[in-house]
Parts: sequence; structure tokens; C-alpha cells
Amino acid sequence: MSELTLDVQGLSTHFFTRAGVVKAVDDISFSVARGRVLGLVGESGSGKSVTGFSLIGLVDPPGRITTGKILFQGRDLTKLDERELRDLRGNRIAMIFQDPMMTLNPVLRIDTQMIETVMAHDNVSREVARQRSRDALGMVGIPSPEERLTSYPHQFSGGMRKRVAIAIALLHRPDLIIADEPTTALDVTIQAQILAEVQRLAREVGTALIWITHDLSVIAGLADDIAVMYAGRIVETGAVEEVLDRPLHPYTHGLIGSVPSRNARGSRLRQIPGMTPSLLNLPVGCAFRSRCPRADAACAADPPDSFPVEGRTLRCFHPQLEMVA
Amino acid sequence: MSESALPDTPEVVVPRQETPFARFVSEYAESPVAVVSFVAVVLIVAVALFAPWLSPQNPYDLAQLDIMDGRLPPGAKSPEGWTFWLGTDDQGRDMLSGIMYGLRISLGVGVGSALIACVIGTALGLTAAFAGGRVDGSIMRLVDLQLSFPAILVALMILAFLGKGVMNVMLALVIVEWARFARTARSAALVEARREYMEAARCLALPKWRLIFRHMLPNCMPPIIVIGTILVARAITLEATLSFLGLGVPITEPSLGLLIANGYQYMLSGKYWISFYPGIALLVTIMAINLVGDQLRDVLNPRLKR
Amino acid sequence: MTTWMLRRLIQAVFVMLAMTVIVFIGVNVIGDPIEILISPEADQAERARAVAALGLDKPLWEQYWKFLLGALQGDLGRSFVFNEPALKLIAQRMPATLELALTAVLMSVVIGIPLGLYAGLKPSSLAGRTIMGVSILGFSLPSFWVGLMLIMVFAVQLGWLPSTGRGQTAELFGVQWSFLTANGLAHMVMPATNLALGNIALVLRLTRAGVRENLPMDYVKFARAKGISPSRVVFVHVLKNIMIPIVTVVGLEIGGLIAFAVVTESVFAWPGMGKLIIDSINVLDRPVIVAYLMMIVLLFIVINLIVDLLYTVLDPRVRLENKE
Repeated sequence: MSELTLDVQGLSTHFFTRAGVVKAVDDISFSVARGRVLGLVGESGSGKSVTGFSLIGLVDPPGRITTGKILFQGRDLTKLDERELRDLRGNRIAMIFQDPMMTLNPVLRIDTQMIETVMAHDNVSREVARQRSRDALGMVGIPSPEERLTSYPHQFSGGMRKRVAIAIALLHRPDLIIADEPTTALDVTIQAQILAEVQRLAREVGTALIWITHDLSVIAGLADDIAVMYAGRIVETGAVEEVLDRPLHPYTHGLIGSVPSRNARGSRLRQIPGMTPSLLNLPVGCAFRSRCPRADAACAADPPDSFPVEGRTLRCFHPQLEMVA
Repeated sequence: MSESALPDTPEVVVPRQETPFARFVSEYAESPVAVVSFVAVVLIVAVALFAPWLSPQNPYDLAQLDIMDGRLPPGAKSPEGWTFWLGTDDQGRDMLSGIMYGLRISLGVGVGSALIACVIGTALGLTAAFAGGRVDGSIMRLVDLQLSFPAILVALMILAFLGKGVMNVMLALVIVEWARFARTARSAALVEARREYMEAARCLALPKWRLIFRHMLPNCMPPIIVIGTILVARAITLEATLSFLGLGVPITEPSLGLLIANGYQYMLSGKYWISFYPGIALLVTIMAINLVGDQLRDVLNPRLKR
Repeated sequence: MTTWMLRRLIQAVFVMLAMTVIVFIGVNVIGDPIEILISPEADQAERARAVAALGLDKPLWEQYWKFLLGALQGDLGRSFVFNEPALKLIAQRMPATLELALTAVLMSVVIGIPLGLYAGLKPSSLAGRTIMGVSILGFSLPSFWVGLMLIMVFAVQLGWLPSTGRGQTAELFGVQWSFLTANGLAHMVMPATNLALGNIALVLRLTRAGVRENLPMDYVKFARAKGISPSRVVFVHVLKNIMIPIVTVVGLEIGGLIAFAVVTESVFAWPGMGKLIIDSINVLDRPVIVAYLMMIVLLFIVINLIVDLLYTVLDPRVRLENKE
């Protein structure tokens, strides 16, 4: 394997609520190499976003990381204190949030919000910081960035705001970007433009990317690797073509089956029966078993990590080894 | 989903049958402070109601007063041999009796005005919610205008026009408070009007008054009760303030506020008790009612419940 | 923006007019001015002459018109007691009240915001909970009683602070102010604290609620994810957001404080217009009552206008809507 930017080992993030323990992230392991794009896929509530926040140490009480290691360029982030984490955040590790309406402070001008990010990490003058902010806005395709710098967030459209958020993430050319559903709610042309920009960054600067999404079609076009999350656990990982062409876990299989495709026009969309389980006091065993067509008595125990094929991991007693129809 | 729920069903079938009232009581009792406050309110109301039988002296019967007993400190003995536990005022009036009778007037004025304001305000609020359009607009305009001026100013204005007196104070309090009831009732009614049971009642083509008073009003009551409790406390405070300023109740019917005002001049010479104990009585009353109101809001407000 | 201002001004004029009607009716219809102006021994002819002299035999609308014209020229009658123009009396007393009220506003912001921030950032800490518990007292304690207790403790028992009056004053812009002398400031401590208590509690609770509401928001998390310092997150990002409701409420409360100064001024014998109005009501000095009411309504309307303007300056979202 090439140089790993991020190597997560056995990470668990639990929320200790009055009603019980919510295992939002439960013993997950994955890694991203320099310049590679990892697609983290799952339904809403599967723990994708919490995984993202765990990586930069922004899980708020009652949640906390209970076990595991987060090795970023060899340093374990779970061992760092708040001050050291803060030096990394927005600098070496940047995050792009899900909701473009809410991520920018509504009462501060764009330049304020960008310049403070530059000056938090680099000892440069305001003028330089402003210059860099303007360049970053231009890079994400915002027309006349000089004038737009003095605007307030509400003067931008939703898509524009998202681009501003992405520009802020790019300010320090980070080594790792965690993007939480960054292109949902953008129209297709802008989405393509941003995807291209991000890919270029990955290639040229060597930025590693974690792309959190529920949209398999984005992943198919963008990611190198994929990790599928279900109920707080990663059930399957592998190279993106491999997993999409030959899903092993019944859940991945169902997920792919429920994506409408041009080839399967006219045929019925398959859907996964049942609902995502509540993560509160989740019982032992495979969380997918109540919805799984292949489940049997064995699934009442926790399936261990297995490595059925080179470069892939899987958590299932009954993987779907035959080809997808 | 259904399979996993099956093992739980035996437990679900035999829940303790709780009436809504029993549940309300148990939820209310979760806070010890609220329980103590409730007991305090009950005691205060009892003292006010039975003051003539409980108090050692009738403070308004001039025959029982002796100016020679004036300004005695707490614990002093009267010539007849009984004790002035809280001292006497300048007229030789037993402070404990004065406070008991004062509570009567304070509570009477506070509760009475809040009740009248509640009826008027709720009626107008419901009318606004139901009529909508112009009627709604003009009622709410009036409410906004009213609420944009502080209560003390409105009350001052009214008493300046009408002069002192128990009735005028109550009228002032009603005018100050109706707007809050109206606003609360209107917003509650607007929420309720969208509920399914109202839809169903409308479909039955029930007469409008029946719709409003039998179906909607009972469901609007919780927020009105909560605001009502807090407004009773506010009314008592405002009455005491007005009486303290000499604009409230007449000297012949002294409320707690007036008792405090009467003792004010003696406080600077160290005779604190004439003002202090009525003040404590007022304070305990207001705090107890407010705390009961707070807990009622927590229990009755469905928004705060998970 | 200008059309919006114009609309607000017209609205303000209408409210003002409505108040003159209410006050006029209150004073001249509900109460009988003749009762106070003429000695009870006056005979019928004397009465009639007075009625004619005051124009009370004219139709009501004509009387009102006369009253309104007078009001526009700043003539609201002469005080029976002081035999001076009522408006002049009010104007003389106003600085004392404004000084007291503005000091109270300042105190509520300077004390309320830091305490509220603390209680909001550490809601479950002992100090945070204590702050909230005590703030309930600030709301529900009757202000005049707190004033009495302050006097009892700090003036009577401890003898630290003077209990009544304005103390020494110094002149600034032709007006006498207490806050310019040490003695005057000492006199102001207790009344200003007393007047401010409710507002400190209000600002504190607003601040805390704002912090609790804003902290879980995405923009806060995003700001933290940018790696900026926690103090910048709180004092720039969060505070700027919660300042909008706080400025609005504090601004609107200035009027309330001026009105409520009536109580504080009576307790501490502070010679402001609140004390004047209470004395005037007690002796039924109607011209002064009318002048006070008109003055305070005008103050209210002006304050509301200023707060609305401030609000648009503070909140960029509102600013834009109004421009369009």
C-alpha cells in the first residue's frame, strides 16, 4: 500500500444519553491513502456524519470516542489535546458540512469568516489573508470574488454558499478533507464542476478525501475506494469498481439494487424491506439481520471481519458470493 | 419490526391504568420545591380565607386598638397579656393580624382581577383566532399596543384618571392583564384549530359556539392556566407596588403593599418590623405562586416533553 | 429604506394622536376638571363663568382641538401646585430620571451579558445553576421591597451608602448630573442597582438562552472545524448572533425603566419625573399628569423607532429586505 494519510483502527463513538447508550459508531476500521478518495456510504442515521466529526475531535457530549485509534500521518489524534487538535483543524484536516444554509455564520461577512481561518493557522498579514481568500473563492468558481468577499451569507444562493464552504476548506490545502454530503442540493453542472475541482486537488496536492454520501452514483464517478456503513458499523470495504460490481454483503447488494439505472429501465426497483434499526441499545449480532433475506440463527452473533478477496473487508456470515444479476 | 416487538407485548398489555390526573399529579410531584410551593400556596390561601378566625385581633376594629401599644417590637406583651409576635404598627395594631387581613386583600385583588382578565382575554383571543381577518387584526393590534407600554405605566394612567380604591385598582389590573391572556388564548386556539378532532367536529357541522367552547376551549386551557398562575403573582406584585406608592387600596383596607408603605418611615429609625414582616409575607406569596406556575408550565407544556 | 422610515413615522404620529385622545378623555371626561379648579363654596354663577372661561361648554371635539393645538405648541397647561408650565416642570426633572434609567441599562448589559454567557456555556456547573436560580429572584421580587431592603441593609445597618436624594451634582450641557461627582455616584448606586435588577435578570436569561440555542448550530461547529480559537467562536461568532435579540429587548426596555423609575424614585426620594408624577397624582395636579403621560408616550415612540433602526443595522438579513 502507498503512504497512508489516515488509518482508523477499531474506532467507537458512543452517546451516553439518559435513555441508554447509542452506539453511533461501533468498532470501525478503514484507511485512506495520500491523494485517494474514500466514499463512505450509508443511509441517514448510519453513523457517517458522527464518523466524520470523530476524526476531527468535534463530537459533543453526551457523545465521546470510547475506543480505537485515529492515525493521521502516523499521529494518533485521540491522544492529542484540544490545542493540538485545533492546530490541525481547518489547517491539515478540513471538513465540509452537509447543510449549506447553516454552516456559514449568518451575521458575519464572508471575508471575516475566511480571513479568520487563514490567520488562525498562518502568521500572515490581513491583506495576504484576504488575497488568499479571494483566490480560494475564484478557485471554486464564484464569479467576481473581490465583490463577493464583502457579502453576507444570505446574499448567496444555496449552491454558492456550499462553494464558499468548500473554498474555506481549501484555504490551507489540507492533507485530508472530510466532506459530508457536500454536493447534495447542488445542481448537476455545479456538482460536476466541484467534483472535478476536488479530484484535481487530490491528484495535484495529494489531498486525501473522505466523501460521505448516500448517493452511490457520485461515489461511482469519484471515489477510489468505498466503505459501506450500516447501523454504526462498516459492513464492507473495497475498491469502488469491485464493490459496486460484485457486492458481497447483502446490504450493499440491496443498496445497489435500489439505485435507479438507465440499463434497468422498465424493470422494478428493488427496495430493502423494513427500516433502519434504532441505534439505541442495539442488540448483539448483525444489525441487518431483521431485514436480510439470507439471515439465519448464526447472525445473532457479531460477524467478525473477514477478508474474502484481496483488498476487501467484509462483516457477514453469509456473503453473496455469486454474481449480481 | 413486528417480530421483534412480539416478546414485549405481555408487558405492554398490563400497564398500570393511570388517569390523566394521576399522571399529572405524579409528574408535578417530581420537583420537591414545587410541592413545597404548592403547600405554601394552599396555606396562604387558607390563612387569607380564615383570617377573622385565625388572627389574634381584628385590626380594623378601632375599639381593640390602643395607641399606647404603638410600635412595640416583636414578642412584646400587650396589656391584656397576649403577645404581639411580630410587633405592632404606629396605631398599636398587631402586625400578625394586620398581615393576615392584608393577605386577604392582596390575594382577593390579585386573584379576582386575574380571573376577570382571564375571561375577557380568553374570549377575545378565541374570537380573534376564529374570526380571523379584520377582527383578528384589530384585536391583536390592540394587544400589541397594550403590551408595548409597561404595566406600571398603564396602571398609573388609569388610577390617575379614576382615583384610588379597590375597584379602580382591580380595573387597572384587568386592563393591564387581559392582553396577555388574549395573546396566549389566540395562539393556543390557532394550534388547536389545526388538530384532527377539530376537523372532525367541523365535519359534523356542530354549531360554532359548541365547537369553540365544548371542543376547543378545554384543550386550550393548559397554557392559559400556566399564564394565569404567573399573572396572579404579577397582579399581586403590581397591586402591592401601587399601594406602596399610595395610589392603590385605601387606608381602610390595607393590603400588604400599604402595610409596607406605612412602615417605611419607621424603618430609617430602626423599627424594621412594621415594613419587614408584611414584605416577607408578600415575598413568600409571590415566590410560591411563581414556583407553582413554573412547574405547571413544565408539566403541561407538551413541547418540553420528549 | 426611506419609504419604510416614512411608514414608521406616520405610524408613530397615529399612535401619538391616539394617546392624546385617550389622555384627553381620561382627564376631561372621566374626571371633572371643574371639581379641582373651583372651590366647593363657589356659587352657580361663578361656576358657569369658570366653565365658559375654560371652554368646557363647547362641544367635546372643539375642546379636544384646542387641547391638541396647545399640545403642539408645547402648552399643556400650568401646574396648580407649582404655578409653572407643566412641560417645564417635567423637563426640569427629566435628566435625573434619564440618568438613573441609562445607568440601569448600562448595568444590566455589563453584568447580565457576562453572567449569561457563563451560565450558557456551563449550564450544569454549580455557578451556572446558581446564576440562573438567583436570576429568578430578580424577576419576581417586588422592586420596591428590594429597594427597602437595600436601604435597610446598606444605609441603616451598615451605613455605607446614602439612602435618599441625588447628592452633589455637577453641570454638563447646562444640566445638573449626579454621575459627575463622587458623592452623586454614591447616591446613585442603590437606586440604579434597584432599578437594574429585573433587567439584569432579563439580559442574563436572554443571553443564556441565546448561547444554548446557538451552540448546537452548524455554524458553530463549522467555526470550530476551521480551527479558530474557542474564545473567538464564543465572542465573535455566537455573541454577534445573540446581540440582535439582546439589543432589541434592552432598547425596548429603556422605556420600561423610565416608567418603572416611578417606583425606585419614590423609594429613594430621587427627584426625577417619576417622583413628580406620583406627587402630582396624589394632589390631582392634572396638567402635570397630562404632561408626564404625553412626554412618556413620546419617549416610547422615539425609543421604539431607534430600536427598529438599530435592529436593521445589526442584522444584515433585515437590512437587505428593507433596501429592496
